[in-house]
Amino acid sequence: MEPTVLRVEELTTDYGPIRAVDHVSLEVPEGSVTAVLGANGAGKTSLLRTITGLVRPTSGHVKVEGEDITRWPVEEIVRFGLAHVPEGRGVIAELTVQENLRLGGLWRGREAMPLREIYELFPRLEERAAQPASRLSGGERQMLSIGRALVGRPRALLLDEPSLGLAPVLVAQIMSMVRRLTDTLGLAVLLVEQNARSALSIANRGVVLNLGRVVAEQDPHKLAADDSLLHAYLGF
Amino acid sequence: MSAMPRAIRSGTPVPRAIRSSTLLRSLLLVVVAGLVLLVISDQLSAYRDLQLATGAYYFCVLAGLTVLAGSSGQISLGHGALMAVGAYTVGKLANAGWAIVPELAAATAATLIIGVPLGVAASRLRGPYLAGATLAFAVGLPALADRFPTFLGGENGLTINPPTPPASLGATFPLERWEAWIACAGALIVLFVFYNLGRSGVGRALRAVRDDEISASLGGLRIGRWQTLAFSLSAAAAGLGGGLLAVVTQTIAPGAFPLQLSLSLLAGVVIGGLGSLMGAMWGAILLVFLPNWTTDAANSFSLSSNVSHNLPLAVYGVVLIGAMLLWPSGIQGALRAIRRRAVAAFGTGEGRTPARTRADGEAMGTAEAPSGTPSAAEPSPEAGAQAPSER
Amino acid sequence: MTKFIDLTLNGISTGAIYAAVALALVLIWRSTRIVNFAQGAMLMFTTFIASGVIDGGGSYVLAFAVALASGFVLGAVVERVLVRPVENAPQLNAVILTLGLYTLLVAVAGMIWGNTPRSFPAAFSLRGYRVGGTTLLFTPNDTFTVLVVLAVAALLALLFRRTTLGLRMRAAAFAPEVARLLGVRVGRMLTLGWALAAVTGALAGVLVAPSVFVGPNNFDPILISGFVAAVIGGLDSPPGAVIGGLVLGLALSYVSGYEGSALVPLAALVILMIVLMIRPTGLFAATRERRV
Repeated sequence: MEPTVLRVEELTTDYGPIRAVDHVSLEVPEGSVTAVLGANGAGKTSLLRTITGLVRPTSGHVKVEGEDITRWPVEEIVRFGLAHVPEGRGVIAELTVQENLRLGGLWRGREAMPLREIYELFPRLEERAAQPASRLSGGERQMLSIGRALVGRPRALLLDEPSLGLAPVLVAQIMSMVRRLTDTLGLAVLLVEQNARSALSIANRGVVLNLGRVVAEQDPHKLAADDSLLHAYLGF
Repeated sequence: MSAMPRAIRSGTPVPRAIRSSTLLRSLLLVVVAGLVLLVISDQLSAYRDLQLATGAYYFCVLAGLTVLAGSSGQISLGHGALMAVGAYTVGKLANAGWAIVPELAAATAATLIIGVPLGVAASRLRGPYLAGATLAFAVGLPALADRFPTFLGGENGLTINPPTPPASLGATFPLERWEAWIACAGALIVLFVFYNLGRSGVGRALRAVRDDEISASLGGLRIGRWQTLAFSLSAAAAGLGGGLLAVVTQTIAPGAFPLQLSLSLLAGVVIGGLGSLMGAMWGAILLVFLPNWTTDAANSFSLSSNVSHNLPLAVYGVVLIGAMLLWPSGIQGALRAIRRRAVAAFGTGEGRTPARTRADGEAMGTAEAPSGTPSAAEPSPEAGAQAPSER
Repeated sequence: MTKFIDLTLNGISTGAIYAAVALALVLIWRSTRIVNFAQGAMLMFTTFIASGVIDGGGSYVLAFAVALASGFVLGAVVERVLVRPVENAPQLNAVILTLGLYTLLVAVAGMIWGNTPRSFPAAFSLRGYRVGGTTLLFTPNDTFTVLVVLAVAALLALLFRRTTLGLRMRAAAFAPEVARLLGVRVGRMLTLGWALAAVTGALAGVLVAPSVFVGPNNFDPILISGFVAAVIGGLDSPPGAVIGGLVLGLALSYVSGYEGSALVPLAALVILMIVLMIRPTGLFAATRERRV
């Protein structure tokens, strides 16, 4: 049994009167992908934002390799080894591709992943290294934001809807790349997606959220095959 | 939501006509307030009557300023200069032999007219740009007195004769009380106009613009027009206030309208609560009494003249800073209610996060303009001093 | 003709001052999206401190250094203590807050040092250069002023474009939330931004003090001109601030020379309104609207 890198315990987040995350618990072991599925508004992004510290939870705990990071400031959580690729990719348009990448590893200093290795993973980024990030296509931006997250050599990687706005071919490429990175780097990946099938195709575990609550937690093959469940919570 | 209808609905036997008509309600308010002021002014000494007069003309300016800021979200630092325009108008006309009412009307009209192009310009400017432009206006306009020394009297300014009380009031009627009556009359007119404005369709339109420009314009409101209107009306009120200042003090010099005046006006408006006419009253009281209180404090603590001279200004600065740090929801109370409604509509993992972490080093980027339905609190005399009571 | 040359040269040296103040405003705007209306008062305060050093027997160099250092501290403290709470609030709050700070600083300066303006020494000679028999309205001190401002602008540009610290600061300014997700301590970067801006302002204060004298309200026109210069160049653009300062310096110099100095603040207002009506984002606005 792989060691658990990321553990979420009974996490609850309220925005005023609205409960966006409702006593969610899950675990992500090393070298595995946990897919978190759900429709719009199910609480997936709120969950990620709470884990990373952008939003303060009402109750519950988040632990990374045993350390309780629940109320740490965002920057400290990130420096502890949790990388978050936000919804919309969060590429800083005013900076160049290279500057975006370097930014990801500044806090690591000398132990950051050399950019050369990132360029090996994503050759397209090397072609565009000196260009402002605003010129990148959607797929390239996704590569940039993932590459940027990897520069800091994180232990855990949170991905918020990487397939958003991308053509199916690109989605498949990104997903298989995520799987490869998980295996080679031993990452613990929490993958939030609306595109259930593509996420489940690379996942070790599947979790379905609805109204902030976990409504299903299963082997991904079973989930993918359970049409009624998917239909009920994801609308297809 | 105004408090008055509720109170009336709770069973007070007020005629239906008054309940339903803003016009009648405000008339009643003005008449009652007028009577109260009349009685008070009779009891006061000459010195206190003078203070009453001062408070009244400050109220005119503050009422206009607070309606501008609270109703349409515009901050103006130029109202001190607009007061100067009203004062100088009265000064020139008085020396040309005009009577009180016509010259005050002229001062109001002059600033109303000037307010239109200023308002057009102001309506195209966002918050800090408007503040910066009006700041430049406040610093620049008084310098005109130096540029046209013969016409405007230069540094020494103009002097006019005090207003003589009519013979019907008796030969021993104190000048200061007459001045207080004139000034209070002006204040009551301003109160009447802005009270009605707040409750009317115009007021609703202004608040809609303040709360969400985009929705308002999509809803068919011509934003520029309403903001120009708000600015011109508040300019007119400032001009009237300045005209009354001229009548009460009888000297009109550039030294009476420094930048500090505009800043103290801002403090007066902030402490009372932006958009609140009642708050304008509190602000006027502050502006009248603060210089006296600080001088007394300086004397009792034997503070140096440097300190006592600058103490009122320091208090204004602390008021402005303190209001923003300690009672931001007091100032933005109405906006907070809107934000709550926006949170209620929040459902998805969008980029904006209403909940804020209080972690050190938190700085989550630019401010979001509060959006939502335009039905925030109206400027009302009953709203009271919002700043201290709300959190 | 000599008058025109004189006014042009004068415009360049005053333009350098406006450029410095505009730079300070732009730095703060880029990092925290706030127009720091207290900038003029802050640099007034640091100039008073420098004046105090000189009165106490210190050298000009020491006073200069103290002004810059106190500017750094003042800027950092103001951001951390006063501005941080309103950084995420509606813009109205920040406007009122900085105006309140301006008011307070003017009052406190008056309390400490009195309201009578005092003189301040210049670094170099105030006698105009002699060229072929005529004395220009441009002095060695003016040369110093222009060179120092250009040097500071260049140093800031280097800092932002070539250092990792500058990269962090830019990231914190352009996309604070994303920057936090990359481990950038955004709060510190913002504090540093304000501190550097205040140093730039303090520099302008010391450079302009000999001609405007040091008094609580003597630097108000400088603030207004700096603001107008920043708007001309575009609040988002540091090079725009420098060029805007120069343009405004020239324009106001001509107004002052041909129409009298009393009209200068109003002329600045007119220029401001023209720019805001025609090209509100400034001459050098980035074509891409910043994602809010």
